[in-house]
Amino acid sequence: MDRKIRVLVAKPGLDGHDRGAKVIARALRDAGMEVVYTGLRQTPEQIVQAAIQEDADVIALSILSGAHNHLFPRVMELLSEKGVNDVLVIGGGVIPEDDIPFLKKAGIAEIFGPGTPTKATIDFIRANLKR
Amino acid sequence: MTDVPEAARRIRSGDPRALARAISRIDDGDPAVIEVLKALHADTGRAHVVGVTGPPGSGKSTLVDKFVREYRERGLTVGVLAVDPSSPFTGGAILGDRIRMQSHALDEGVYIRSLATRGHLGGLSGAVMEAARVLDAAGFDRVLIETVGVGQSEVDIVRLADTVVLVSVPGLGDDIQVLKAGIMEIGDVFVVNKADRDGADRVVREIRSMLETALVNGASPRALSGTGAADRGGHHIAFAAREAVSSHGYGDAHGLPPVLKTTAETGEGVGPVVDSVEAHRAALAETGLLRERRLRNVGYELRGALGNRLLARLGTPDAVSRLDRLAEDVVEKRRDVYEAVDVLFEELC
Ligand SMILES: Nc1nc2c(ncn2[C@@H]2O[C@H](COP(=O)(O)OP(=O)(O)OP(=O)(O)O)[C@@H](O)[C@H]2O)c(=O)[nH]1
Ligand SMILES: [Mg+2]
Repeated sequence: MDRKIRVLVAKPGLDGHDRGAKVIARALRDAGMEVVYTGLRQTPEQIVQAAIQEDADVIALSILSGAHNHLFPRVMELLSEKGVNDVLVIGGGVIPEDDIPFLKKAGIAEIFGPGTPTKATIDFIRANLKR
Repeated sequence: MTDVPEAARRIRSGDPRALARAISRIDDGDPAVIEVLKALHADTGRAHVVGVTGPPGSGKSTLVDKFVREYRERGLTVGVLAVDPSSPFTGGAILGDRIRMQSHALDEGVYIRSLATRGHLGGLSGAVMEAARVLDAAGFDRVLIETVGVGQSEVDIVRLADTVVLVSVPGLGDDIQVLKAGIMEIGDVFVVNKADRDGADRVVREIRSMLETALVNGASPRALSGTGAADRGGHHIAFAAREAVSSHGYGDAHGLPPVLKTTAETGEGVGPVVDSVEAHRAALAETGLLRERRLRNVGYELRGALGNRLLARLGTPDAVSRLDRLAEDVVEKRRDVYEAVDVLFEELC
């Protein structure tokens, strides 16, 4: 058996930069994970559908636009509507400290701000997989 | 533990989570999925499997996206398997084909799955073939498989697909060279994408002239017998069953496969490509070549599966060191290769 960790890297919201998402995608690949990258401007509905079809173990959301307080909880809501409770969801991008408790309460497992070493994200994923 | 009848039932009903999980298990080589696949076997063989291959960046994913749109407009459901290479160094992969296939994200008649080539023993075909069967059993009318046409994978696609769409583009100096080096034979429908760029007509002419040369050189009706040329992966319904196919609107009167221009970005020219794929499908069914092709492909699959089992036996630490020691014997001239194989064979079987 050759069990691989599959990560969906998704960018919800309208901002047009995906440099951060690509950096994390490459780092996860280099850590031996399979990263499905879905590109810019994904709706929460698209993200959840893609995560289901791709059987992702992890959804890594990256956002710069400031709409995280709306979009991240919406992803969690859709996952639970579909009965998906074994996917680890993490977030990154530009997210103010003050918002983090709210996002965690909504079910985002961890938030990685700009400048977080990619190793921290990788270690977190390995330690917190839900299946 | 897997509840086999329940998993099979959910897959048959097209439940995307069940499909997705089964495909992961196949890809991970998890033996738990085998009973599920067995249970589904009777439900397979209905979908038409279309391989889409060509050089990196030629627009395969963009085309697949438009094929899906076209099929959906025709009322058919579609499963997509998009294969990208794994990194040989880390075993990881970035799977980016889905970026171009976003328009179907919320359409329940479409299932899209990205797969990495991994280091599959015996090549990519095994896992992808099983994944395609799962989609087939789930009732998708068409299964589209995108693979990059470099190295081994283009040989694999012909062992998986009922119809192969070979994509090429203008402006890749050595693109045609790639085609010449033998993959020309695997195409059933030839697409020159990026027709909005200069040089598309020239590429169309070059492909046509190569196909004509192949035809004149008698590229072999042997394909009909399922031996000879077919063993190399070439199947040439165009060459093998000229009379039969022209009446289905596939290929031209001389039995040459279609060579079509597309601009995948706008969708221009995609309709006629899907028409050709469907005409090819009809021609295969009508001439009995579909069965022929599937027999050949399952033959490859059986050989691959047998090889995998044997290799898996060698995969145990004991067997690997046994193999290493035998290799040493050969290098040190204590045995020749034939003796070494005899020894292995005795031990494995
Ligand atoms: N000009 C032009 N560009 C196109 C066309 N079709 C696709 N492209 C562009 O070509 C690039 C590659 O397209 P993809 O669909 O990702 O190509 P691919 O063959 O799937 O690529 P890989 O999977 O990486 O091998 C993208 O930037 C597309 O926008 C076309 O008809 N015309
Ligand atoms: Mg692609």
